[in-house]
Amino acid sequence: MPDGQVLRKRAEEALKVRGAYGKDYELDSYEAASSDRDRVESLEDIAADQRKTMTDVGVIPDSVGRSGSLIYVDNTVVHNTTADQGLELIPTHEAMEKYDWLEDYAWRAVQVDKDKYTARAYLENANGYFIRVKAGKKVEFPVQTCMMIDSNKRTQHTHNIIIVEEGASLDIITGCATSGHASESLHLGMSEIYVHENGSLNFSMIHNWGKETGVRPRTGVELGKNAKFVNNYVIMKPAGSVQSYPTCYLNGEGASAKFNSIALSHPGSEIDLGSQVVMNAPKTASEILSRSITLGGEMIARGRLVGNAQNIRAHLECRSLIMSETGRTLAIPELEAMYPDVEMTHEAAVGKIAREQVEYLMARGLDEDAAVGMIVRGFLEGSIRGLPESLREEIDEAVNMANLGN
Amino acid sequence: MLRIEDLHVEVDGKEVLAGVNLEVPAGQTCVLFGPNGSGKSTLLHTLMGFGQYKVTKGKVYFMGRDITDVPIDERARMGMGILLQRPPNIVGLQLRDLVKAAGDGHLDIDETAEALLMKRFLERDVNVGFSGGEIKRSELLQLSMQEPCFLLLDEPESGVDMESIDLVGKKIHDLLYDKKGCGWEKGNRSKSALVITHTGQILNYIDADCAYVIRGGQIMCKGRPRDILRDIQEKGYGECIKCRMVKF
Ligand SMILES: Nc1ncnc2c1ncn2[C@@H]1O[C@H](COP(=O)(O)OP(=O)(O)O)[C@@H](O)[C@H]1O
Ligand SMILES: [Mg+2]
Repeated sequence: MPDGQVLRKRAEEALKVRGAYGKDYELDSYEAASSDRDRVESLEDIAADQRKTMTDVGVIPDSVGRSGSLIYVDNTVVHNTTADQGLELIPTHEAMEKYDWLEDYAWRAVQVDKDKYTARAYLENANGYFIRVKAGKKVEFPVQTCMMIDSNKRTQHTHNIIIVEEGASLDIITGCATSGHASESLHLGMSEIYVHENGSLNFSMIHNWGKETGVRPRTGVELGKNAKFVNNYVIMKPAGSVQSYPTCYLNGEGASAKFNSIALSHPGSEIDLGSQVVMNAPKTASEILSRSITLGGEMIARGRLVGNAQNIRAHLECRSLIMSETGRTLAIPELEAMYPDVEMTHEAAVGKIAREQVEYLMARGLDEDAAVGMIVRGFLEGSIRGLPESLREEIDEAVNMANLGN
Repeated sequence: MLRIEDLHVEVDGKEVLAGVNLEVPAGQTCVLFGPNGSGKSTLLHTLMGFGQYKVTKGKVYFMGRDITDVPIDERARMGMGILLQRPPNIVGLQLRDLVKAAGDGHLDIDETAEALLMKRFLERDVNVGFSGGEIKRSELLQLSMQEPCFLLLDEPESGVDMESIDLVGKKIHDLLYDKKGCGWEKGNRSKSALVITHTGQILNYIDADCAYVIRGGQIMCKGRPRDILRDIQEKGYGECIKCRMVKF
């Protein structure tokens, strides 16, 4: 295990390494946002404007129907509570002090020297959330977390570690947002996810950034034998530049991963979403589904499946609608196989909404806007099973607000 | 109910209807016969207002109003409803959501679907992977919810297996004789319809009043449905059209 000295050196050397994709941000021109904000004992004590920002990304203020909540504002964990035995939800700093063994996990699934963003988060000693579900524990209600940027022209950096132990299961719903006055900030969110043998994790994210916000998450996932991981990523509101490309390693036999992303790219937004699954063990399965629409912004959908073992199944599907004369959409599906005994497929389709479908619904009495809205909603969320209700609501609302029939 | 005057229609720059004249009186059901490619579907699609069909000449009157340039959804709200021969697939949209949107809420979706043996299709994507017969039943389910006063049915019996033909035929009968009136009841039939049929099988269920034969984008003759069907069956379209042309 690399000790602190080694990691620091690697990070320092990577501070100038640009990200592989997406617009480059000059990190020196941003100061870190506050890591010393006041703690909030009850979610209901959070200031009204902040609370609105949170609820807009699916956070439930009274925590009813949630097994735990953690709120991260700027660079401070301002609130964390759990209501479930067997579930731990604490700041990453606290967890690192509490558990020596956590060193075996930290900066393993995400490399500190991947690029300047990981390097910066490491060198800033980013805090974040640590979530651990103890072996065998099936957590009934989802954990909710919220990452909010509340000061302008600052960086938020987080280091999140999620560990689902053997046979345990958990759902997480994360809302990421900037408050209205903090649009020109930068979010550097590092997440490391470990699901052990027979464990299961559903991880859902809703994003609501500002029109100028830069978003550079770096996510690594490791799955053990028969572990299951589902990742739902929804971004419907305008954002500056979002570039995300999580990598999931299926290291145990029978493991499976599913990445669903649903995105709208508004004029002026650069949305570059990818997912990569590296299948290192036999009998693993993976699926990447991407549904996106450009309303005039840039929309890039990447997907990469790597078959490093025998007897695996993998499917990748990128579909994109263009609903504007301007804007651009780019789908890049990639398959890589090392063995003959694999079943790997991909599909990509880019086009406009089919007039025939719209007219069919109009013949049933729907006006044109309603018809387009219905088709678009179906396009975005219809093929993705098991999407949490809050994500569906977010999509429905965005489709209504964007007035896509016009 | 419906009057079509000298209707000329182009599809992709090609004239498909070349001066159609046709009338469906209120409360009546007319059938439309014609060989493949004669323009039957084109006529129904044009009546519904689909964008691909460009009216270059002529008029369509519906309930006394010139609807030649009226948008599709407005026609639907005026009481027109269509059963398509080949409706599009809509991936991601569940049939239940479409059926719900087609109705005004007073009919129970599950019951209506059950009557058409379509209940287990409600959670399926619209038309995706449906067989020929399932497509017809799905269309009829949508029409049942929509409750149009004037039905445009494009070959409702084609592709339906022998077992379900009775179900489909009876359902169409029920739609035409539905209690909910449209203000012009003739006997106990409350709705009007224009029905395309190839085989004439549907005649056993709907008690049609009039029949037209179309060929090459023009109406060739008009008469009593059973007579015309017999002529077509005995002599084929060529003969039938020749003998009737003088009369029309
Ligand atoms: N979308 C289209 N593009 C080109 N030609 C078409 C199109 N739709 C119909 N046609 C042509 O118009 C003619 C009539 O077609 P259609 O109305 O479907 O016939 P029917 O329903 O009587 O079998 C045919 O020659 C057909 O090829
Ligand atoms: Mg036809």
